[in-house]
Amino acid sequence: MPTRKNPDDRLALLQGTLDLLILKTLALGPTHGQGIARLIQRQSEEVFFVDHGSLYLALQRLEDRKWITAKWGASENNRKARFYTLTAKGRDHLVEKTSEWQRLARAMGLVLGVVDSPELGGEEA
Amino acid sequence: MFWRRRSSKDFAEEIRSHLDLEADELRREGFSADEARRRARVEFGSVQSAEERFHLRNRALWVESFLRDVKFSVRQLFKNPGFALTAILVLALGIGAGVAIFAFVDAALIKPLPYADPARLVRITESEADRHLVNISYLDYLDWKRLNTVLSSMDVFSGGNFLLNTPSGTEPVPAVHVSAGFFRTLGVTPALGRDFYPSEQVPGGPHIVMLSYGAWERRFGLRQDVIGTSVRLDGVSYSVIGVLPKSFQFALANQADFWTILQPVSDCEKHRDCHNLYAVGRLKDGVSVRQALANMESIAQQLERQYPVTNHGRGASVVPLSEAIVGEIRPILLILLAGAGLLLLIACVNVSSLLVVHTEHRKREIAVRGALGASRARIAAQFVTEGLVLVIAGGLGGLLFAAGAMQVLTLLISNQATARMPYLLGANLSTHELEFAGILVLLAAVLFTATPLLHLLSSDIREALADGGRAAAGTLWRRMGRRLVVIELATTVVLLSAAGLLGKSLYRLLHVDLGFQVDHLATLVVRLPDVAFPTDAQQVAFAHSLLDRVENLPGVRAVAITTMLPATCDCNTDWLRIVGRPYNGDHITALERHVSSGFFSTIHATLLAGRYFTDAEDASKPKIVLINRAFARLYFPGEDAVGKILGDPTLSPSSLKQIVGVVDDFKDGALDEQQMPSEYIPFNQNPASDFNLVVRTAQDERSILPLLAATVHELNKDVGVEHGSTMSEVINDVPTANLHRTTAYLVGGFAALALILSAIGLYGAIAYSVSRRTREIGVRMALGAHRSSVHRMVLADASRLAAIGIAGGLVCSLMAARLLRGLLFGVRAWDLSTMMAVVTVLGIAALLASYVPAHRAASVNPVDALRTE
Repeated sequence: MPTRKNPDDRLALLQGTLDLLILKTLALGPTHGQGIARLIQRQSEEVFFVDHGSLYLALQRLEDRKWITAKWGASENNRKARFYTLTAKGRDHLVEKTSEWQRLARAMGLVLGVVDSPELGGEEA
Repeated sequence: MFWRRRSSKDFAEEIRSHLDLEADELRREGFSADEARRRARVEFGSVQSAEERFHLRNRALWVESFLRDVKFSVRQLFKNPGFALTAILVLALGIGAGVAIFAFVDAALIKPLPYADPARLVRITESEADRHLVNISYLDYLDWKRLNTVLSSMDVFSGGNFLLNTPSGTEPVPAVHVSAGFFRTLGVTPALGRDFYPSEQVPGGPHIVMLSYGAWERRFGLRQDVIGTSVRLDGVSYSVIGVLPKSFQFALANQADFWTILQPVSDCEKHRDCHNLYAVGRLKDGVSVRQALANMESIAQQLERQYPVTNHGRGASVVPLSEAIVGEIRPILLILLAGAGLLLLIACVNVSSLLVVHTEHRKREIAVRGALGASRARIAAQFVTEGLVLVIAGGLGGLLFAAGAMQVLTLLISNQATARMPYLLGANLSTHELEFAGILVLLAAVLFTATPLLHLLSSDIREALADGGRAAAGTLWRRMGRRLVVIELATTVVLLSAAGLLGKSLYRLLHVDLGFQVDHLATLVVRLPDVAFPTDAQQVAFAHSLLDRVENLPGVRAVAITTMLPATCDCNTDWLRIVGRPYNGDHITALERHVSSGFFSTIHATLLAGRYFTDAEDASKPKIVLINRAFARLYFPGEDAVGKILGDPTLSPSSLKQIVGVVDDFKDGALDEQQMPSEYIPFNQNPASDFNLVVRTAQDERSILPLLAATVHELNKDVGVEHGSTMSEVINDVPTANLHRTTAYLVGGFAALALILSAIGLYGAIAYSVSRRTREIGVRMALGAHRSSVHRMVLADASRLAAIGIAGGLVCSLMAARLLRGLLFGVRAWDLSTMMAVVTVLGIAALLASYVPAHRAASVNPVDALRTE
């Protein structure tokens, strides 16, 4: 039997992060919804739990915003699947959001990692 | 974006593909096929919920909220049916009146005439030295047609009558005689059969006739084999060669049943000074009306040099055919349209102020909805929807109202008027009218959505909640509502004074000093067939036996004959010259009436000098004539006209006649024109085949009409009779009276509606203002103000509004009256008594409208008033 993480150890995605993860996944190349879900789970070392309903709504939202485009095609094992591709606009957005996210993550890390260092605020600036 | 959305089916397919892919992968990881499928499904979560979420997201939310708004609006309107009904009714009235009048404007002025390329058609007439237009003579026509370089074709026509002989008797029928190319010039092709050939337009040509579509329908039951059948007209057999199309109408001639080819056989067509024809022409390409006129004028001058006697002072007139046909009615229609427009304005103002009050009352509701999280846009959308629902309901109601009003109006227009203006019958609710209604609805929609929206923008939700809507915006809108009322009142003044002026004109017209006694006079047109009565002597003999018989009928006081009834038109004129006076080519133009000896005593005219003629003075005696006072005053000032001799412009011996008497003026010409000089020729010396019987009765003149017709037929069943009516009816039905009446009635109707609407508007504004000031009034009364002073305060407020409105309206109506000037008769545009009447009527209406709210204000209980919050 293959190993799978206990569902209790998984984390629900933070609001707004799903979009970013999808874009990041698609930056590696076009793929379909199921592939995106698998990739996100795998790359986060099975930490993230992807709610599939939300995933498809997010895909639809990104498509509406013209960050990704979709096209029906055949998967590697020859099944019909809807393939998503990152657009130039989506790539710009990804870059922007990624740097934003990194700044946020760093700040969070700093705050949470060194609780007993009062000078941290100064360092940040 | 809405239309590019994915279908739910596509989405479901994507989910299915997801599950398959996931199952494949799980199988690769070692699960059995069934287990893989199960796990894939479990992993995915609820497919149904995903699809549902997709569906919800995909749905066009705005459509739904719009529908919800509509439902809510309708509910709102039902909740307040008084407001909704009033608003819709008022709007329907305004839009309906506008559309109905527009339909007639469209039929008369916008729709092209039913001819090929009608813009190139012109009417051509001759003109006299004083620019009076006159018919064209046959010989002049032939010269004009030959010499002109501006027309591709020119044709003539003349109206007339036939006596149609049918097995059941003789029936006078309207007919038109046309030159051969008439229909080709108009660009009209027969619906059946053929057109006239030029070779047929000769004396002694074949007796052929074309039927109007109406005659084909009524008299021949639309039979296809009508071509070649013969009809007996004036005792002569005519062969039917064609039927005119259903759409054909020709307003310049009577709505004739029979169209015959003009064969120049009568005496008139041999004389250059006998003007009996009307002409139409088609301009060559690139020729303007002005160029055509210049060309015709030069031909007229050439003819004048050639024929100095008959063509002295003759000019030409060329006007577009459409101008000739609708020129007379255009100003009237435009004034009616303006009247309908003003009514619509009042209706819109009225509904606007209703909306203002309505919105004001709902301030709290808006505040609550806002507080519960409705966005401004959402609330605004709600109001826009309500406005739209109102306007659309009003627009539909308006179309219904217009359809009804047009039916009534078409019935109101007399048969005589429709014969002269057949195009008015073409008024219907077609695309033009629907477009027009659409524009009105659109404008109203903008107005009625903007009104509450502006209101909404100017108010603050929290403020409204806090003080129950008694904020500064309330004052702003109270002022706005008052301004609207002032506009309404001013517009009403304009309509009322226009109606007053037109009504007074109509009254003046119908009460012109006629100079004869109208009551107890019955009239009947008698037409003798030329075949049976070819000579003057036979016509005179018949007239005499008829007069004898009628005289002996019970209740007949007197009976006479005239060739033209009084008070109808300035037509049938004669050219005269006074013997022994120097002559420079300017002849006297006088109305020419042939009357029997008893005519003057029958209508109760007054003899001023000389004597009447007697029955004995017939063709065997020297020729004599009577003239009227206008003639004597103009041409024999300060001398005795009796004994003077008149003749035609060449003083040909046969034309000489001696004046034996002068009659006081009576209206024997057009009702709305100055009295022209007239001559009265003894019927016995110069009879006619068509004449009017005039009978003075002791009893009701209407009752004798059938007896008159029967008496004529007893004498000779082949003689035609028509238009039996009383003299009062004749006067009421003359075209000018008809036009004046229709205009006055319609504008009067608009004014009455405007009066009601503006009174309601004033009432609304004052009542609203009182309701807003209840607390203030309470305070005043608590501080000792007397009830009567509160009463006075409210009335003073209303009077101020009314005074401003009426004063503004008077200024506007002064300007509007200048536009009306052309339609007024016997009334100046600035008629003081009319204005006074308008001010009085509107003042009383305003007082009545403000009395109720004033009374309510005065009976406020201070304690209750102070508690109202």
